[in-house]
Amino acid sequence: MATHHAIRLGRLATAPSVLVLFMWMIVPLAMTVWFSLLRYNLLDAENAYFAGLDNYIYFVTDPAFSDAIKNTLLLVGTVLAVSVIFGIALALLLDQAILGRSIVRLLIITPFFVMPTVSALVWKNMMMHPVSGVIAYLFKILGLAPIDWFADAPRSAIAIMVSWQWLPFATLIFLTSVQSLDEEQKEAAEMDGASPFAYFFYIVLPHLARPITVVILIETIFLLNVFAEIYVTGSGGMAGNMPYLVYFQGLLNFDVGGASAGGIIAVILANIVAVFLMRMIGKTLES
Amino acid sequence: MGTIRLQSVTKRFDAVEVIPGVDLSIREGEFIVFVGPSGCGKSTILRLIAGLEDVSSGEIFIDEKPVAQEPASQRGLAMVFQSYALYPHMSVRGNIAFGLKMAGQPKELIEAKVAKAAETLNLTDYLDRKPRQLSGGQRQRVAIGRAIVREPKAFLFDEPLSNLDAALRVQMRLEIMQLHKTLKATMVYVTHDQVEAMTMADRIVVLNKGRIEQVGTPMELYDRPNSLFVAGFIGSPKMNLVSGPAAEQYGAATIGIRPEHIAIGEGAKAVTARIRIAEHLGSDTFIHLDTDELGALTVRAQGHVEAAPGTSLSVILDPARIHRFDAHGKVIVHA
Repeated sequence: MATHHAIRLGRLATAPSVLVLFMWMIVPLAMTVWFSLLRYNLLDAENAYFAGLDNYIYFVTDPAFSDAIKNTLLLVGTVLAVSVIFGIALALLLDQAILGRSIVRLLIITPFFVMPTVSALVWKNMMMHPVSGVIAYLFKILGLAPIDWFADAPRSAIAIMVSWQWLPFATLIFLTSVQSLDEEQKEAAEMDGASPFAYFFYIVLPHLARPITVVILIETIFLLNVFAEIYVTGSGGMAGNMPYLVYFQGLLNFDVGGASAGGIIAVILANIVAVFLMRMIGKTLES
Repeated sequence: MGTIRLQSVTKRFDAVEVIPGVDLSIREGEFIVFVGPSGCGKSTILRLIAGLEDVSSGEIFIDEKPVAQEPASQRGLAMVFQSYALYPHMSVRGNIAFGLKMAGQPKELIEAKVAKAAETLNLTDYLDRKPRQLSGGQRQRVAIGRAIVREPKAFLFDEPLSNLDAALRVQMRLEIMQLHKTLKATMVYVTHDQVEAMTMADRIVVLNKGRIEQVGTPMELYDRPNSLFVAGFIGSPKMNLVSGPAAEQYGAATIGIRPEHIAIGEGAKAVTARIRIAEHLGSDTFIHLDTDELGALTVRAQGHVEAAPGTSLSVILDPARIHRFDAHGKVIVHA
């Protein structure tokens, strides 16, 4: 299409911004890699020295590490499952002609606009509080013993909070997709004698394959990084994930080297997840 | 098997009455075409028959069985949509087989029926392709294949050719007519194109504002339109319609004469005209004229006729071919 000259000019023109972006990325990464190879504790900052891979070995052999990985994957998996399944259900509901549909649609998106810190505080003190929380109140009405969420089921509590935040995003994406479904296809399926279930599984779900992929990809990126909800509710001890562990090493143990090693491991972990995801669902995006 | 009867069927969308009341009998094995300008209700009537819309009142009989309250899938009809409405993620095979699969037919039977339909429609080589890998004409054939395998009591076509280019449209028109001959099935076909209606139909139903203007064979409508609307709608180029004093001479509010029933020539009753423009098609020449007595006229002359714009020409109207209409647009039958 373009001439060689134009291509060269294009490269030349974009070079400065590419360079800036590259520096933006590579300097912090290189510094993190460098710190991760040092024994560098803020309590004893003068005596920093090169320690090779020791930090990595300590970090990986720490019993908190396997817990953190487990918690990270569990959180990502649960929230993905909740937002995809309930997101589709909500999208189908909101696609119906219900009274005050535009207001309901607006309301359903609001959790997405609430800051994670605020949402965590609200959930902790208003919803899940074992004495004065709304959920405890409902449990008491039903004659059940209230749950002390952050003491007894912190992982579930975090998963519920984060799901609540991300469900609207998934719903919104699925809703736009459901609305773009061709009306004549629906009628053709009706003429073909498809039951509502068959219509959903054979027509709607395949139509949603691509938005489902998009939701899984985008949510995974953000869910690997959940931190505020865990930090604010103080459930890092039991439900701490990888970001929390890195924070713990760096700012509670003042171990910059260990935290850096953890950061690099988190980057590698995220990449492994990304490769699996791409393999699994890349095909849907291509076709 | 395959008669459809509409008995005072009406359709209202909220306050708007789209179909004020339609009575129509479609015979077994008939190819019937609903034609009319856009918004005349032809698609709505088709959708009422299909069961995709509920009737507001009246009854629909398929094989003399009342079906107005039955869901679409129970009426035993198949429909070909304007946009084809193929299932995009299913192969051609999956698309054709879907209806049978939903009906819970055994696998071997489905396989055999799909193979047979594919053969009829020249789709055998494309069975494993997805709709988006097909051309417009092939997609159209898949849509027809999906209808065929269900062995419906009647086929319903909703402007099936309007998304195709002109050459393909002519070819698919022939294919659908061929199919009608082979299957001998009742077909109801909706179009706004009067050429499609004239060439394909056993009988044409001309609709205007939700009412049936006239039902008849293409030649009946052509030779004996019973209203001004039908006269103007059927035939290309359009029938010349003249009102005013010239029409009063014939005892009518409006008279109509088709372009092919005006001859070029001299005579006692000849009309002198100026040539405005001439369209040369090779086989025909359409000459657009201005006359003092009759206003603008279009004349169809066979073959190539020299007709320079601006020059004058003398034409004779065939008196036996003049249609007379009263002030309400109804035809005045010859005494």
